[in-house]
Amino acid sequence: MTKKFLLALVLIFAVSSCSFADTFKIGGTAPLTGGAAIYGNAAKNGAQIAVDEINALNGGVKFELRYEDDTHDAEKAVNAYNVLKDWGMQISLGSVTSKPCEATAAENFSDRIFALTPSASSAAVTEDKDNVFQMCFVDPNQGSASAQYIASKNLGKKIAVIWKNDDVYSKGIRDTFVEKAPGLGLEIVSETTFADGNDNDFSVQISDAQSKGAELVFLPMYYQPASLILAQASSINFAPKWFGVDGMDGILTMEGFDNSLAEGVILLTPFNADAKDEKTQKFVAEYKKRFGEIPNQFAADGYDCVYAYCQALTNSGAKSSMSNEEINNLMIAQFTSMTFNGITGENMKWSKQGEVTKDPKGMIIQKGAYVGLE
Amino acid sequence: MIFLDFFISGISLGSIYAIIALGYTMVYGIAKMLNFAHGDVIMIGAYVCFYAVSRYKLDPFIGVALAILVSTLLGIIVERLAYKPLRQAPSLAVLITAIGVSYFLQNTALLLWSSNPKFFPSIIGRGTFEFFGGKLSVSHVTILTIGTCLLIMFILSLFINKTRLGKAMRACSEDKGAAQLMGINVNATISLTFAIGSGLAAIAGALLCSAYQTLMPTTGSLPGIKAFTAAVFGGIGSIPGAFLGGLLLGVIEIFAKAYISSQLSDAVVFAVLIIVLLVKPAGLLGKHTQEKV
Repeated sequence: MTKKFLLALVLIFAVSSCSFADTFKIGGTAPLTGGAAIYGNAAKNGAQIAVDEINALNGGVKFELRYEDDTHDAEKAVNAYNVLKDWGMQISLGSVTSKPCEATAAENFSDRIFALTPSASSAAVTEDKDNVFQMCFVDPNQGSASAQYIASKNLGKKIAVIWKNDDVYSKGIRDTFVEKAPGLGLEIVSETTFADGNDNDFSVQISDAQSKGAELVFLPMYYQPASLILAQASSINFAPKWFGVDGMDGILTMEGFDNSLAEGVILLTPFNADAKDEKTQKFVAEYKKRFGEIPNQFAADGYDCVYAYCQALTNSGAKSSMSNEEINNLMIAQFTSMTFNGITGENMKWSKQGEVTKDPKGMIIQKGAYVGLE
Repeated sequence: MIFLDFFISGISLGSIYAIIALGYTMVYGIAKMLNFAHGDVIMIGAYVCFYAVSRYKLDPFIGVALAILVSTLLGIIVERLAYKPLRQAPSLAVLITAIGVSYFLQNTALLLWSSNPKFFPSIIGRGTFEFFGGKLSVSHVTILTIGTCLLIMFILSLFINKTRLGKAMRACSEDKGAAQLMGINVNATISLTFAIGSGLAAIAGALLCSAYQTLMPTTGSLPGIKAFTAAVFGGIGSIPGAFLGGLLLGVIEIFAKAYISSQLSDAVVFAVLIIVLLVKPAGLLGKHTQEKV
């Protein structure tokens, strides 16, 4: 009886190791509904394209991808994470937005399941966790990169900053921006804030920037309040240079938005859908075909995450039969040593803290489209 | 000149608060209930207007008329289904029902129109008037908002003070039982109040979204709360009080932002409210009435 059973077991193993592609279960949580759904769906769609491409190659590594909805809520994100764990997730894509990802990253750390988040950018996501990595810039880096970009391209000397003081994302970027600016010869002439529930009327903030002669207004925020600021400034004929960060991505797809209001807005983002390289063009074409819109930065981040995993798994020789912890340790070794070329940057490297280094690309909005700045 | 600029912004914001506050205060005055779903009726009105103008390319004024129609119907239906059965229930039950209706409307809007913010095209464009040789520019929307608010205030006062229906409303708000004995249909009067309040909400929605061009399922909730504050500030139940409270709240909010701190503006607004209520517990124009036992 036992002999027969063992024989059967051996046979099963033999058969399963015969199929030469090794399938890894990869899971992530994202806001697929609710206010931040535009980001969650983009990242999920991007990751799905990468998974399908890799699986079609029939190489050594295959993926099975599953996304669960967290509605941009930390508690729901942990529930979603547990659903994925029950399903047998071996490596994780963390969460798409910062607040939920801070919660799931703690779970990843204690469960020893490796995580690479496409877009959760707050510093607390990776802090004190050896196995949580980011594909996007960490917020403080966006602030300093923006200041450097403005100074090196000579976009303006007198800067106004409008930021959202109850939002970690906005504050993180603003803090390093304000800290770096003076050293680069930029003068911050006006600094005003807003918060939830107080984000309708920007007349005071705009008048302040205008009366103090700001040449450039820096907007570290998401696109929805930014759209209001642009509209209200245009109604009082204030036309400085506008400079946004990656949260500005999405403004052109906002229903009802008059794209001429965003004419000339510059934003720093790691991904440019108009880039001429073959990889980007192939991705953009596929995304347009499947989802009917131009992919934003979040989609590109999701896509890159899956390819980075593919590279790391192949190089490390990880097998899907390994325990999560074994895979986790191999991934940590790979990510802290490898260099990855993706569509959101060339020669990406990761620090031991899990923060990525790559060059941001400047983009300008012209005639309702993003155009890369050189 | 910049002071005048801020003052006009404040009056414009305050006018919107005032129109919303009228809805709160009328319903409170007559039905003695706080209709917390009022802010969400604003949002529904704004969505109707948005789709009429932006999707179906209708004339903005037809859009607003449609919005008023839909909101009024919605107000009557909500009153009929959710509040009327609770006419004799304790006020806490009605309050919780109102909060429930508010969530129901918000989530229905989420399902119907998704959560992606929409950019609301101003119903009268983005033009401005220039004064003092261009030193002061006031947008058309601002003028329209202030004008509409004054007009509504005027018509509503006439209606309440000069018409038979208005008289019935005043009688219901004084004493429902006595009004019924005098042959006034109290139920119909309350329904009428809801209809008027909801119609005003649609106008407020169209103006709110034209001035601050964004629209989400949660768009109405915070202005709703602030307008409720304005109604309490001016004296809840009093129509001139709602008007005065709304304007003052708007001006204080903008001035606090401009001259004290943009971070502390809400704290200043509510501190003023607390001080006013400490000195005049019934609000600025509210009548202090003894509760009859």
